[in-house]
Amino acid sequence: MLAPTSRERLVVIGNGMAGCRAVEEILARDPDRYSVTIFGAEPYVNYNRIMLSPVLAGEKSFDDIVINTTEWYADNGIELVSGDPVVGIDREEKTITSQGGRVVGYDRLLIATGSDPFIIPVPGKDLPGVISFRDMKDVDTMLAAANQGGDAVVIGGGLLGLEAAHGLSLRGMKVTVIHLMPTLMERQLDEAAGWLLKTELESRGQTILTGADTAEIYGDGKVEGLRLKDGRDIPASLVVMAVGIRPSTALARTAGLAVGRGIHVDDHMVTSDPAVLAVGECVEHDGQVYGLVAPLWEMCRALADGLVAEPSGYHGSVTSTKLKVSGIDVFSAGDFSGGEGAEDIVLRDASRGVYKRVVLRDDKVVGAVLYGDTADGGWYFDLLKKNEDVSEIRDVLIFGQAFAQGGGRADPKAAVAALSDDAEVCGCNGVSKGQVVATIENGACTLDAVRATCKASASCGSCTGLVEQILAVTLGDDYAGERAVKTICKCSSFTHDDVRREIVAQGMKSIPEVMQKLHWTTPDGCSSCRPALNYYLLCAWPGDYVDDQQSRFVNERLHANIQKDGTYSVVPRMWGGLTNPKELRAIADVVEKYNAPMVKVTGGQRLDIFGIKKDDLPAVWADLNAAGMVSGHAYGKALRTVKTCVGSEWCRFGTQDSTGLGVQTERMTWGSWMPHKFKIAVSGCPRNCAEATIKDFGVICVDSGYELHVGGNGGIKLRGTDLLCKVATEQQALDYCAAFIQLYREEAWYLERTAPWIERVGVDYVRSRIVDDEVGREALTSRFLYSQSFSQDDPWAERAAGKDREQHAHLGEFRPIELLAAE
Amino acid sequence: MVTGDWLDVGALVEIPLRGARTIKTAGSDEIAIFRTAGNKLYALVNRCPHKQGHLSQGIVHGEAVTCPLHNWRISLVSGEALGEDEGCVPTIPVRIDAGRILISRMAMLAALAAEGEGACTEKAAA
Repeated sequence: MLAPTSRERLVVIGNGMAGCRAVEEILARDPDRYSVTIFGAEPYVNYNRIMLSPVLAGEKSFDDIVINTTEWYADNGIELVSGDPVVGIDREEKTITSQGGRVVGYDRLLIATGSDPFIIPVPGKDLPGVISFRDMKDVDTMLAAANQGGDAVVIGGGLLGLEAAHGLSLRGMKVTVIHLMPTLMERQLDEAAGWLLKTELESRGQTILTGADTAEIYGDGKVEGLRLKDGRDIPASLVVMAVGIRPSTALARTAGLAVGRGIHVDDHMVTSDPAVLAVGECVEHDGQVYGLVAPLWEMCRALADGLVAEPSGYHGSVTSTKLKVSGIDVFSAGDFSGGEGAEDIVLRDASRGVYKRVVLRDDKVVGAVLYGDTADGGWYFDLLKKNEDVSEIRDVLIFGQAFAQGGGRADPKAAVAALSDDAEVCGCNGVSKGQVVATIENGACTLDAVRATCKASASCGSCTGLVEQILAVTLGDDYAGERAVKTICKCSSFTHDDVRREIVAQGMKSIPEVMQKLHWTTPDGCSSCRPALNYYLLCAWPGDYVDDQQSRFVNERLHANIQKDGTYSVVPRMWGGLTNPKELRAIADVVEKYNAPMVKVTGGQRLDIFGIKKDDLPAVWADLNAAGMVSGHAYGKALRTVKTCVGSEWCRFGTQDSTGLGVQTERMTWGSWMPHKFKIAVSGCPRNCAEATIKDFGVICVDSGYELHVGGNGGIKLRGTDLLCKVATEQQALDYCAAFIQLYREEAWYLERTAPWIERVGVDYVRSRIVDDEVGREALTSRFLYSQSFSQDDPWAERAAGKDREQHAHLGEFRPIELLAAE
Repeated sequence: MVTGDWLDVGALVEIPLRGARTIKTAGSDEIAIFRTAGNKLYALVNRCPHKQGHLSQGIVHGEAVTCPLHNWRISLVSGEALGEDEGCVPTIPVRIDAGRILISRMAMLAALAAEGEGACTEKAAA
């Protein structure tokens, strides 16, 4: 070994992955140039930090993750000072000082301090038992806690948090993951993949709370639990904070180096001081900071090239991510959030739990999210980095490298043609390709005919595309093309009926789940399918399904009618069209107080207050609530009003108490969500003053009882009702009404009013279900009433009390921006 | 971090995924800030080019919003009407820094001024 004095002195601050890798790269180029001293804060040799998760999970030991042993340092003449962090840099004198008092001079200094875990500033963050997940010491603390058993909370549903949760869970702790964002790993995964991940983790026994904000960690002397801002309380003997990392820049900042989010470096990893370099997670290059390992390798290469070889330069990194949780395959790379000109290719295979999404721009791959089958992740990432034009293989790109570069490349139909006759096409009904071909050759020339004959694609429908391709291959030019039945929207090949049936059959309870299992071709649907799915789920699972506000039209979200000028109108419910001085006074007061420019009696006999500003809505509701009034739902796809005439109490011709029956009907039906708006009327005699024969459900009282009318519509296409039947008592009228509504709720398509629905299914069908089938009718009635037990909450009262308050306020607390004059 | 032209208008978490919030400006239109399911932020003048509907109240899907008044679909990226419809609403640069929403003040003023003339920022510049 040469005498140290003949070499330049290189001091490295940081014995982690970046610092050691940089030294390795330098040694590989010129082993004799520097005498190297490495300072490490941790009392270990260089180990692979990203493998801490497998250590925690018990899949690896510490020895397995050591990158460079003691011998490596010795063999290369490197002095390692471990467990003694550097605390100061003197750039004038070109020395560093360690905590233990060592002062070492340098010719070149390399800062590789990495990053620090971000600790959220909540009360209790310093309690014993609250740790981060960053180094071997944290792992030891977690293992010790796991030996005691008990409950653990992991704050952070990102890569690191989920790996910590997985490890603790395997070590026998009951784990709850608290995540602020609505979906897990939102920086790496889109909503669909995030949902799949959450489902998988929950099935493994973890509790995942998304949209959960930590208020405080509490405990007497040590951590005992954690409280969320919504009041929920989770007991825990260990709290792991894994909410993110930030570049460790304090040392560099104190030394006067240029620091932004990280230490500023140029393309050769040189800082604002030419004698000082920096590399890894502590640096900021071209505005970017990196928290993944791949960029670090590239930086180290550029650093060594710049220092001892031909300068090559670092030009930023494209990164990809994998989750190290055994049995869960997740991959993401590049930009998958879309943007202008971005096109999505989505493949969903529900039975295998696979979701793949490749994002293209100008025929080039710009991003990919893979869940369940990540075998082609590397290939997509390669296409992405090479910026390759994929227009040639676009048709088959999503099926992966083997397929795209194999037989199917020229024509996707060729792949179908090449399938053997005994290949299974329809898993649900066990139908082979040969059977489908035989069915087609026997005269089934459309998808529906195939479905009716051999049952292929008739159940879950996920093979629909395949069956259509077999039709096209078998029939050639004779194939009429896509089926005539309208799908729910362009995002799906399923019809409304298919979707409704499958939601119930497969027990699907969320929009992402439906989109996954029914092979939606878009990541998050569109403004047509999302409200429909929200309704279908709500109807199928009363009391169980969690409503999705973002899938509702504005009127339903704000519980008021949007008008052309952006103001809202508000309609309080007036039961059966009745009112009293107190209610009228409250309405009059609201009109004056909020300067409503107009009040109008609606066609449904309610008072509509116009011109209310969005910000004023909560106050208006509060005032109306105070007078005992609730929302008229005049804004929703819901039961609107029950119009009445005065009936036998006052009218010379009235045969029954139509007003009273109207009030009862409205009390029973209000608050129920429907495929479309729904109106009811009760007339006291055949003169029909309440116009019951153009309502969705109308009652005409006669001497001998009650005529029940259905399917009327006073809208664009006027339609008179069909007579459903006649009943003898008020109670029967109510029961039949409930049964009819429930049949409509369960079977009509979203945005289909009763009139077109009845014309589609036939009034005889409706009669067969309501009038002829007593058991069926009673079941419908009881399902309606059960559903109503969850929905008759006044949305206004909740909002007046503060729910969804932020929807009405402007963002932020800052004053309006002034439009200043130019002068 | 607020530097020069970039105004901090609130925390990212104040906007739900596939949701929007508005910013009030004195004596002029509102700005609507949208957050997509892919966690991207976009800012547009809060008026549909068709009949001035408040886009902030529409349903957000992919990189577009559907106007609540007449279902025009507007690209959040370019501000242009999609499909058969023609029209454009000014867009404003917006970015996220450490969980905060930052919006360009000058671009916002320019967009509001341009909007008064019924033009798009990009088109006006071209």
